[in-house]
Amino acid sequence: MATEMNIPDSAARGAQVPAGFDSERMSLSMGPSHPSTHGVLRLQMELDGEVLTKCDPVIGYLHRGDEKIAENMTYNQFVPYTDRLDYLAPLANNMAYAIAVERLAKLEVPARCQAIRVITAELARISAHLLGLGAFGIDTGAWTVFMYAFTEREKLYTLFEELTGARFTTSYARIGGVARDVPEGWTQRVDKFCDQFLPILEEILALLSRNKIFMDRTVGVGVISREDAIAYGLTGPNLRGSGVPLDLRKDRPYSGYEQYDFDVPVGTTGDSYDRYLVRGEEMRQSVRIIKQAVANFPTGLWYAPDAKRIFAPPKDKVLTSMEELIQNFMIVTEGPQLPPGEVYFEAENPKGALGFYIVSKGGGVPYRLRIRAPSFCNLSILPKVCVGNLVSDVVSILGSLDFVMGECDR
Amino acid sequence: MSAPAAALTALREKFPRVTERASADHPAADVPAEELLAVLRCLRDEHGYDLLADLTAVDWAEGASPRFTVIYHLLSTATPGYLRLATACAGDTEPAAPSVTGLWPAANWHEREAYDMFGIRFTGHPDLRRILMWDGYPHHPLRKEFPLAGVETPLPDPEIVAETGAKAIAAPMAGGPFVASPGEMKMTEAEPRAKDESWNEAKDKPE
Repeated sequence: MATEMNIPDSAARGAQVPAGFDSERMSLSMGPSHPSTHGVLRLQMELDGEVLTKCDPVIGYLHRGDEKIAENMTYNQFVPYTDRLDYLAPLANNMAYAIAVERLAKLEVPARCQAIRVITAELARISAHLLGLGAFGIDTGAWTVFMYAFTEREKLYTLFEELTGARFTTSYARIGGVARDVPEGWTQRVDKFCDQFLPILEEILALLSRNKIFMDRTVGVGVISREDAIAYGLTGPNLRGSGVPLDLRKDRPYSGYEQYDFDVPVGTTGDSYDRYLVRGEEMRQSVRIIKQAVANFPTGLWYAPDAKRIFAPPKDKVLTSMEELIQNFMIVTEGPQLPPGEVYFEAENPKGALGFYIVSKGGGVPYRLRIRAPSFCNLSILPKVCVGNLVSDVVSILGSLDFVMGECDR
Repeated sequence: MSAPAAALTALREKFPRVTERASADHPAADVPAEELLAVLRCLRDEHGYDLLADLTAVDWAEGASPRFTVIYHLLSTATPGYLRLATACAGDTEPAAPSVTGLWPAANWHEREAYDMFGIRFTGHPDLRRILMWDGYPHHPLRKEFPLAGVETPLPDPEIVAETGAKAIAAPMAGGPFVASPGEMKMTEAEPRAKDESWNEAKDKPE
């Protein structure tokens, strides 16, 4: 049997069977509980020796029916469910969902609210990318990166806790605003975090960027061409790693991203190493955005005051004023009253473009809510990119794609 | 005129059967199923809508005809802007739509999901299997008649079932927040109380 394969490693080439030597194929199931599948992904592989001849990802182990649940509750009640999509960046998910519903309601939020959302989304991006790099490091045998990354994530979680009251599932954004204003001195503490984070980030990246073992495991491995990346609907760092400069924060700005100065890093070859480099650079750019947002932090309201039938009034008003009490009661029992229509909104999340497609027939409950999960689309290229690689390279490819199954399975 | 709107105008000149679709944000169009592939190919090759951002379906509930609509969201990587295209599925009980996997490999998993969740058969799909639910699962959960709590279903492995008597049982409906109904409703109906109170953890579901 002769299979046309591009084997990247010299050791593997040496081990190649001579022509005419017919070996039996082996099928191997990797996952759903495997350290390198980052959650509950199963790869049903067919192997010729060490080389993959077929790869069929089996997903759905974490399917909770979020879209069905959304059809049965009010728009506000669904916010906590968005935390559990990409649970490494709940703040960014909350914001994407809130903006999607605001587009339907034709609602503009004040500048302060936009700035809060940008800061939290970028902090979430740093947190998600740190975990992505840490886990990628472990996959390729570099434990230290994980320890460094988690020390920094702990500091971020402290900031999240102070702002939202929760470390992990924040549920911070509201339709038409955010849950509460930033605490006294919080933005200064964010600024201080950024200042001390930059040198540590350089240290973390220095552990990998010129690391011989890491480069052997990633350079030239899992190459995704520009055309394939687009055809398979890849988004986020995985698309940009293949050289497509599409960043929705730049190209379809939302939440005031157009005011900030930042660069969009792109890769050149589209291999695992390029995707790593793009994530590293994105963290530097996120710090840039946060520092600008903190320096020009707007004053004013942190919720849209004209959203009387959508955004619940401040709690102190609810307890002291009749009108606000009724307003609060109506929003809690009937949900925010939104017009009929269809909207689709995608936000540039750490994993890629998180999209919400909402069909409304009016009233407080969506008729249909579709979640376009970037991890789902990013994983769909696996059957193409894994075939012809060694089993050990699959580990490195999975690490470089940086997916979250909570989002993929919804 | 924005780039997506201009593309849509040009498209409607070329394909007169494409009609404008009401939309709250991006330019949108209804496309007849027979012309879908030609329209999408034209958008991809001539107008630069090279990225299939999303493919999904909507169930307009039992009694509506056409009951199922497939929705495509296209994005251009050159001049970013979205286009929404919708095509009605042929058949209301066994819906079918043409597969676009030939144009975008990205559609492969999206169409499998739409098949899994709605039971829409995509003609020309190379490998139309369930993706989120397990093989052999008998229902299509995002159809409107499917209850939120789920339905009792045998597990796929008969050997394990014979040995343990295990099954996938529906979620209990007692209390819980899953009570809000779409559309106009009375306040009492929206109170946090289960709609179906005929069964709960203590009392079995009536057959």
